[in-house]
Amino acid sequence: MTDLSTLRDETLAAIAAANDEAALEAARVAALGKKGTISALLATLGKMTPDERRSAGAAINALKDEATGALAARRAALKALALDARLKREALDMSLPLRRAAIDAGRIHPISQVFDEIVAIFADMGFSIAEGPDIESDDYNFTKLNFPPGHPAREMHDTFFFAPDASGERKLLRTHTSPVQVRTMLAQKPPIRIVCPGRTYRCDADQTHTPMFHQVEGLVIDKSATLAHLKWVLEEFCKAFFEVPKVGMRFRPSFFPFTSPSMEVDIQCRRSGGEIRFGEGEDWLEILGCGMVHANVLKNCGLDPDVYQGYAWGMGIDRIAMLKYGLPDLRDFFDADLRWIDHYGFKPLDAPTLAGGLSG
Amino acid sequence: MKFTLSWLKDHLDTQASLAEIVETLTRVGLEVEGVEDAGAKYKGFVVARVIEAKPHPNADRLRLCMVDAGGDPVQVVCGAPNAVTGMKSVFSPVGTYIPGKKITLAKGVIRGVESNGMLCSAAELELSNDHTGIIELPADAPVGVAYATYAGLDDPVIDVSLTPNRPDATAVSGIARDLAAAGAGKLKTHAPRPVAGAFDCPTNVTLAFAPEDARLCPAFALRLVRGVKNGPSPEWMQKRLRAIGLRPINALVDVTNYLTFDRGRPLHVFDLAKVKGDLVVRRARAGESVLALDGKTYALDDSMVVIADESGVESIAGVMGGEPSGCDDDTRDVLIESALWDPPNIAQTGRKLSIVTDARYRFERGVDPDFCIPGLELATHLIVDLCGGEPSRMIVAGDPAKPKRAIDFPYSEVKRLLGIDIPQSEGEAILARLGFMLEDGKAIVPSWRPDIEGKADIVEQIVRIAGLDRVPPAPLPRLTEGVPPPVLTTLQKRTRLAKRALAALGSREAVTWSFIARPAAELFGGGKPELALANPIAADLSDMRPSLVPGLVAAAERNARRGFADAALFEVGQVFLGAGEKDQRIAAASVRSGFAKAGGEGRHWTGGGPVDAYDAKSDALALLAALGVAANAVQIVAGGPAFLHPGRSATLQFGPKNVAGWFGELHPAALEALDAEGPLVAFEIVLDAIPPAKVRPTKAKPKLERSEFMPVSRDLAFVVAEGAAAGDILKAALAADRALITAADVFDVYRGAGVPEGKKSVAIAVTLQPRERTLTDAEIEATIAKIVAEVGKKTDATLR
Repeated sequence: MTDLSTLRDETLAAIAAANDEAALEAARVAALGKKGTISALLATLGKMTPDERRSAGAAINALKDEATGALAARRAALKALALDARLKREALDMSLPLRRAAIDAGRIHPISQVFDEIVAIFADMGFSIAEGPDIESDDYNFTKLNFPPGHPAREMHDTFFFAPDASGERKLLRTHTSPVQVRTMLAQKPPIRIVCPGRTYRCDADQTHTPMFHQVEGLVIDKSATLAHLKWVLEEFCKAFFEVPKVGMRFRPSFFPFTSPSMEVDIQCRRSGGEIRFGEGEDWLEILGCGMVHANVLKNCGLDPDVYQGYAWGMGIDRIAMLKYGLPDLRDFFDADLRWIDHYGFKPLDAPTLAGGLSG
Repeated sequence: MKFTLSWLKDHLDTQASLAEIVETLTRVGLEVEGVEDAGAKYKGFVVARVIEAKPHPNADRLRLCMVDAGGDPVQVVCGAPNAVTGMKSVFSPVGTYIPGKKITLAKGVIRGVESNGMLCSAAELELSNDHTGIIELPADAPVGVAYATYAGLDDPVIDVSLTPNRPDATAVSGIARDLAAAGAGKLKTHAPRPVAGAFDCPTNVTLAFAPEDARLCPAFALRLVRGVKNGPSPEWMQKRLRAIGLRPINALVDVTNYLTFDRGRPLHVFDLAKVKGDLVVRRARAGESVLALDGKTYALDDSMVVIADESGVESIAGVMGGEPSGCDDDTRDVLIESALWDPPNIAQTGRKLSIVTDARYRFERGVDPDFCIPGLELATHLIVDLCGGEPSRMIVAGDPAKPKRAIDFPYSEVKRLLGIDIPQSEGEAILARLGFMLEDGKAIVPSWRPDIEGKADIVEQIVRIAGLDRVPPAPLPRLTEGVPPPVLTTLQKRTRLAKRALAALGSREAVTWSFIARPAAELFGGGKPELALANPIAADLSDMRPSLVPGLVAAAERNARRGFADAALFEVGQVFLGAGEKDQRIAAASVRSGFAKAGGEGRHWTGGGPVDAYDAKSDALALLAALGVAANAVQIVAGGPAFLHPGRSATLQFGPKNVAGWFGELHPAALEALDAEGPLVAFEIVLDAIPPAKVRPTKAKPKLERSEFMPVSRDLAFVVAEGAAAGDILKAALAADRALITAADVFDVYRGAGVPEGKKSVAIAVTLQPRERTLTDAEIEATIAKIVAEVGKKTDATLR
């Protein structure tokens, strides 16, 4: 049996010494292959007496099992080592910077964002969005809105004109979105509830004026629209837009040719350190003009002012964007400075909703 | 419109404080722009006498003064070289705010000596820039009296921003009327007494107008005052005029300016000695000119109205008088004019001549016709009071009287428009205080309110005086029960979706001008005369844009010049094909410059490089996909407009007659014309041109068809001419068996060894999707053969 013991030691040593799959296979063939040492011992069993076979057989089979187990264990260990080595080889530098995701890099302009906020609020109140051309007739931009030709109020609108056409008509760039109100009243029977956002133009440029800007106007016409409703709509809008639970508003009598009574509206605010907070404070900030639609405007648009009545308002989209989001200079709106857009712009998926809160 | 508090109190008997008056003015619609209250500004400053001024014990340049400011003597250290014993100056005790230094004065110890206040320079009071020494007051200045009172600066000046509808508020008396109506005092404006002239006015007046022009001068009243002694007007009048920013000239002229503000009644005075013959009011004649009171000569035309004598034009009616017949200190006999003019005509004349005067301001808004004659009477009284002389009888050409305007005014209008009741007695009392007369359901409009046209205007008068805060907000009832229906149109939805889709592609939204330079407009197919502004604000903002791209290219270039050369910018907005109302479109466009590739910006270890036409294609197709356009619905046709690189651009169209846009690299010549650096790629798609989605009766999606059998993929490499289009290879491959071949894509394009010169190898992968059973090898091979044949036929390709 010394032979068996030696064989065992030699076989296990050979398996343990195998450092790769080939050496391990060689060790297996040497021990358990057709001509292997253990296979040779097993072949001797047939020539033994049953008694010899009983004692020697068990020992040889035990050796075979042990060798087989050692081979499997060694194989698993070698595989683990190989995997380990492969994984080490495959390591990547996880600190390498990747490109910024497009969805993170892109930006929505504050005007578009505020436009969508306005739409979200007024759509909920049952207003639809009306639009019209930027190039307008004098009739729709002024005359139908009760600016008679030669009226001094026309001068307050520094109007861009085009050359007169063959028929002598001189078109202009709309100075407000009010012609959209005219178009709606001419085209649609009351009840009317619209907001008209859009680009407007005045020939004026300084620190606080640009020759192009954005306005949103609203119009309600039915048989019972009152100034009390107008106040409610504007208060609700301001609360929703500035995202404050309450907002102080001051209605001051004013004048516009297309409304009577006419008012300008201030909202309560507090300015401190370049920041404006709404719904608190002692300052008043003018944000919009409004009034009851003038009887002449209703008549000019084919509505009987003794049957129909309504109210309208208008405000600057750029201006309320500046107020809400603290944008310091109107001129930057139209400069497309990448640094400005990256800083003041909005993420593409941050579409305002009433359910989620306008600014998220 | 400026006036002082004491001036207001000539017309308003009131106990209201300045703050209350200011608040009331804004509340009733006379918005206060500002209040200059020198009394408040100079609170604390008093007239003082320097009892003794001696050298400071520890400083050569300083003086130690004992000051009598009305109480116990005060010790002050003073640095002014002119501080001497016995002088009168202005003293500010500790705690006074010093406007010129923007500090509140504190007790100090200067070089070891206590100083309890300050003797002030004019600069410290912001009276002038003089800070060389302290103010020196006359010896009779009363010690201890507030400096503002002493200097006559304690009459606050109120500046009201007037809306153009309120000519009545261009008068202090008119402002007082509103305040009285609002309960801030009692109106006490006096109606002028008529003047009994002793002799006829020697100068006659003719209104020389054709009958249809009579409106240009409804009335012209004239009177002579002879034997006046002109000279400076009294101090009280000068002070008021100066306070509101007018320069006192002489008593005769000052009276006209004073009444312009006091009563909103502009007047004119002629020196009789300089008037030749009678006066004629008429249209100016072409070629006439006049040297006006501002020293400038104005060329006139026949749209303007003038007052002329035998020597020619003496005055531009309602706008400005002429220098030759103006009054000066030598004037002995003065003609006073009080006239009515046509507001639009005065506005037009003022605009044409670019003359802005207080007279024009009032006449173009409409002065009170009923005050035309009383205004002349009042001016006569003032002139006789200030300058003596003997008034003539008045001449009136034309007739100032206008018919009374009565407006039907059922009181129920108040509730109809406002939604609340203001008690009728209160409303009627307000109207009465504003000068309205009410009879038989009609309101008779006062002569000074040409702006009141209808019922709503009368409601406005009631509510602005009663207070807009009396109207409580009332909820607007919903038009529809329950959840509001959607409101956006297809184009509105596309517009907002396009913006967010392009931003999601990594681009930044720009908003650029709707008008661009003429050459840029022409380059992009615009520049029509009908789209050129007659009065552009700048030469490079002259023409309505036919495309968003020139504005975006300019924006990219601006960024490049600031050091940010990699720009991905987009805009979704209006473009103009013509001036008609149907000629406006909404376009979406993007520009990529430098290394701002669709896959990411800048140089990067993962790759990247300068932008190319494929980046623009990628953006364009991603946008169309986001807008719900199926990939096979849009046709991509090589080549595009002339401003694009002819070999690196394509047109996007929905059928040959509906070109929706283009993408590609900008033509080098276009870049040069736009003064921009390449590489620069762009796309533009007109959103209106995208066919609308089919309306389906339900929201249910069509049933999903899924095959149970494995798709088969085969790779094929074709050798084609260099100029062949890969798109044609794919199209042909797909067309070989439309039912079976579900996809074909290019996975490699190769030129070089193994491919002949002038040719390229295009390797495609085709996918066959069996639907009923697994395909046999023979069937697969047959299909592949069909593909090879079809591609060969369409593109002259051979299998590699």
